[in-house]
Amino acid sequence: MRRRLQGCLTAALLLAAAIFTAAPWTGKTVQAAANPRTDEPLVYASPVETLFSSDGARLYVLCQQSGEVRVLDAATYKTIGTVAVGRVPRGFALSPDGSRLFVANSWDDTVSVVDTRSLQVTATWPVGAEPSSVAQDPAGNFLFVANRISNDVAVLDARTGAEEKRLAAGRGASYMTLSPDGRRLYVTHVYPILPALGSELGNRMPPESEIAVIDTARAVVVDRIPLHSIAGVFHVAISADGRLGAAAEMHPKNLVPLAHLEHGWAFTDTLTLFGTDIGPKPVEIPLDELERYAARPFGVAITPDKSRLYVTSEGSEIVTAIDVRRLLATVRARRKSSVEDLSASANYVIARIAVGHDPRGATLSPDGRRLFVANRLDDTISVIDTRTNRLAATIPLDGPKDLSVLRYGEQTFYTARYSFQGQIGCANCHIDSTFDGLTWDLEPDGFGVDIVENKLLEGIKDVGPYKWNGANPNIPTECGPRTEKYFWRSESFDDLTLTDLVVYIRSLQPRPNRWRSPGNELTAAEERGKAIFERAQDNFGKPIPEANRCSYCHSGAQGTNQKILDVGTKKPTDRSALLKTPQLTNVALMAPYMHDGSAPSLEEIWTVFNPQDKHGRTNDLTKNQLNDLIEYLRTR
Amino acid sequence: MKNSAQNGRLAVALAMVAAAIAMLVPMAASAQKQPAAPVTARAAKVPAAKISAAAQTLPRFRFENFTTDNGLPDNHVFAVLVDGDRIWAGTENGLGLYENGKWKTYTTKDGLAHRAVLSLALDKRTGDVWAGTMGGLSRISGGRIDTYTQLNSGLSNDVVYGVSVEGENVWVATAAGANRLDLRTGQWQLYNERNTPMVEIWVYGVSAAPDKVYFAVWGSGLLEYNQKTGRWDKYEDPDGETELVLFKDQGLIHEIVSSVSYVDNIVWASTYFGDSRYDGRYWHNFLAKDSGLPSNFTNFVKGVDANHAWFCTDKGLAYYDGANWAVYRPSLTTGKPEMTVRDAQGHVAQVPVTTAPAHNYILGIDFQGRDIWVATAKGLSHGIRQP
Repeated sequence: MRRRLQGCLTAALLLAAAIFTAAPWTGKTVQAAANPRTDEPLVYASPVETLFSSDGARLYVLCQQSGEVRVLDAATYKTIGTVAVGRVPRGFALSPDGSRLFVANSWDDTVSVVDTRSLQVTATWPVGAEPSSVAQDPAGNFLFVANRISNDVAVLDARTGAEEKRLAAGRGASYMTLSPDGRRLYVTHVYPILPALGSELGNRMPPESEIAVIDTARAVVVDRIPLHSIAGVFHVAISADGRLGAAAEMHPKNLVPLAHLEHGWAFTDTLTLFGTDIGPKPVEIPLDELERYAARPFGVAITPDKSRLYVTSEGSEIVTAIDVRRLLATVRARRKSSVEDLSASANYVIARIAVGHDPRGATLSPDGRRLFVANRLDDTISVIDTRTNRLAATIPLDGPKDLSVLRYGEQTFYTARYSFQGQIGCANCHIDSTFDGLTWDLEPDGFGVDIVENKLLEGIKDVGPYKWNGANPNIPTECGPRTEKYFWRSESFDDLTLTDLVVYIRSLQPRPNRWRSPGNELTAAEERGKAIFERAQDNFGKPIPEANRCSYCHSGAQGTNQKILDVGTKKPTDRSALLKTPQLTNVALMAPYMHDGSAPSLEEIWTVFNPQDKHGRTNDLTKNQLNDLIEYLRTR
Repeated sequence: MKNSAQNGRLAVALAMVAAAIAMLVPMAASAQKQPAAPVTARAAKVPAAKISAAAQTLPRFRFENFTTDNGLPDNHVFAVLVDGDRIWAGTENGLGLYENGKWKTYTTKDGLAHRAVLSLALDKRTGDVWAGTMGGLSRISGGRIDTYTQLNSGLSNDVVYGVSVEGENVWVATAAGANRLDLRTGQWQLYNERNTPMVEIWVYGVSAAPDKVYFAVWGSGLLEYNQKTGRWDKYEDPDGETELVLFKDQGLIHEIVSSVSYVDNIVWASTYFGDSRYDGRYWHNFLAKDSGLPSNFTNFVKGVDANHAWFCTDKGLAYYDGANWAVYRPSLTTGKPEMTVRDAQGHVAQVPVTTAPAHNYILGIDFQGRDIWVATAKGLSHGIRQP
């Protein structure tokens, strides 16, 4: 299959080049089209964040795929050192005196402590589930670690690494920014907060997010800045005078059919501004313009003199430069959020600067004259001159020069260039190749009809058919014509690109299950839950028909028999009761549950939505038994 | 979902219902008209000057009372919690927060599990407040409210009478057993008749410490859980008589335990028929007839330390300093403020005061330095310590 497809390489490259030429942002270097792809699995640096040393002489580069910190000379950009850290590092920070570098290793659940003089890892501290960023208070007492899966911020003794407590953060807690005086720590999260049981609108609630504000001296949450209708919040920047904060985020329109993409109704890419400059209420402003989108804002930086604000956009592969004075004038003139007005950004956006694939973290040099942007899927650092707002240099990082099939597939997954007007990419809804925690109205079948919950992509390669109703027999159908029709609203991938994309998606391995013991032994409660999962008799001794046992539909290693069944969960807004049995891989992470996301918790699948015992025989269970069943499911 | 409650005794069930009614609709109005409680029973009234010197130093307060007139969400206050300069009031109609001289009310619209907030606990490490309500358990963290119910979590029952935070664990007393939520793992552990010596599962109160956790179980005595060994112990009324106290100071005073407070390795337990102190070896019982308690009907007890405790009764607020007693309340007959002291010799005297708690029916107390905050059936009272 691969050989045949590679035979079409030349034609595909021509097509790809044509597509890239038509991409909304001009002046781009399109590496994907320029290099042949290799089947060989290659390990790339994949830079995600950069950081200057205290004296400004070094630039630290966090490399996600190679699991390293690269140390560059900040003047010459030459590599002067490399430190191996843990798997999939996602964030790093220096101690106040610059002597230690803390690295959050998201797949190891550890923090690496690097001595910045010797460039050696001096300690590896265990932390919570999927640590994604770190920060230290100015006094050097606490190390704060944002944990994406446990939805909290761990507070560690900065000297010993001993965990003292955890603070409740938003769902998918990931990125943290200290205020310039270090007294406050702003924490964002990438998945929306789950609605409370009995919420009036249930699964039709607009998403809610927040920025948790931590008092770093006391290590307690003192405030939460609400972000209404926001799902997916990434970096925050605070101006040097502490008066202006800006959070990069996505504003999804998941309650109306996604087929309205051509009307500009899928996502708005926005900033939420807050602080004394803004007033008592935060204000949301768009980064997009009509026909010019800034898909998936991620990194933010404000120059020391507060004249410019920069935002990276992963999907659009650009950096947006904003004039802060004009921005504040616009906000003050309007006195409210401008998110519905895509003409607003013309008032304050002064440049769109093309960078590499999947630009992530943005860091200013101490003098504010250079902006460094980590291009994760190019292995480059873009250097932007902040006086001209032009690309000044592109720093290549050491690593493979060939473009692998997987890498190209991943670039395809993360770019927004294939959708109508470059509005969205796969990663809009599958953040970091996972999910977005939202329920969507996808098809043009009327408002509110066939609402579907978004699922994890991990380990899905052999669990077809796909889509909740099982209509797509395989991943190429799911990612090809179906995506073109319902998501992109454009003819997008050539066969080769689609194949590479599918190869990438099929390669996505499940994250380590945080509820399973290292040796896979089950606790007593989990054993009892497993017995309930597999039981053939109910609590009254009556046999449970095979098709009504948990283990019948959720069979096999992935927890699905891959059949299309009616389990009594049809809603009046569903066109059919038939649903494909979903897999159970990392099911504890997948809330909300049910095909339409109407169950915010695992418990509610059975306490609320299974009155007739059609979704398994469960109404005979005691509360103890239901708790045991859930303990077991969390290990799947 | 099947409720695991197994209530076999009709009489106890009826008593429970009566108690629930009492808790929600206390005998507030009628209490004002009742004859004077036996504060002075078996004690000699003497002039204040003749009372022992120690009793004369019992704390005196100037009470400032809050009602709906000055912003309290509801006058029926089940619980009060002090968090530094912030005061939380769990009322029948919302959770009130008094801060910087103003009240803010959290309701179900803010995500609160239920409007009736029965119990409160502070996680001193994180600053989070936990609220037990008639409809589940809520956590208030930085202004955000997360709610746990029997439908959306492992919580065994939505009626949460008591909550206590210890380390990473939130211990919960519910109408269907006790629960522990491990904040680190999110795992719920249920404790009921299946895995503890609990006969009745109506758990009214919980007090947790790193070594032991105590549960006040309505109709099933006092339960002790040793966190190190995982062992359960049960303390019951040694005479087994509901109406009688035959073996005083030999065990828990009564099976119907309304509240427990574990502090400095000492257990203070309140019942509707008197109160108890237990030091791990010896019991001491307190009855209105032979102590300074104004009533045996005690809703809540809170120990200050091993020797000092406050008792919240249906006939006033009582303070015990290890030997002497003081009772603060509006007079049961005239409604005028009164403070009664009783020394170790049983001498009783009235101390002239000009203020009193908002009502005799006391439901909760917490401490703010030398001050006290008191939850009553008709308002919240701030007792400002006088020199």
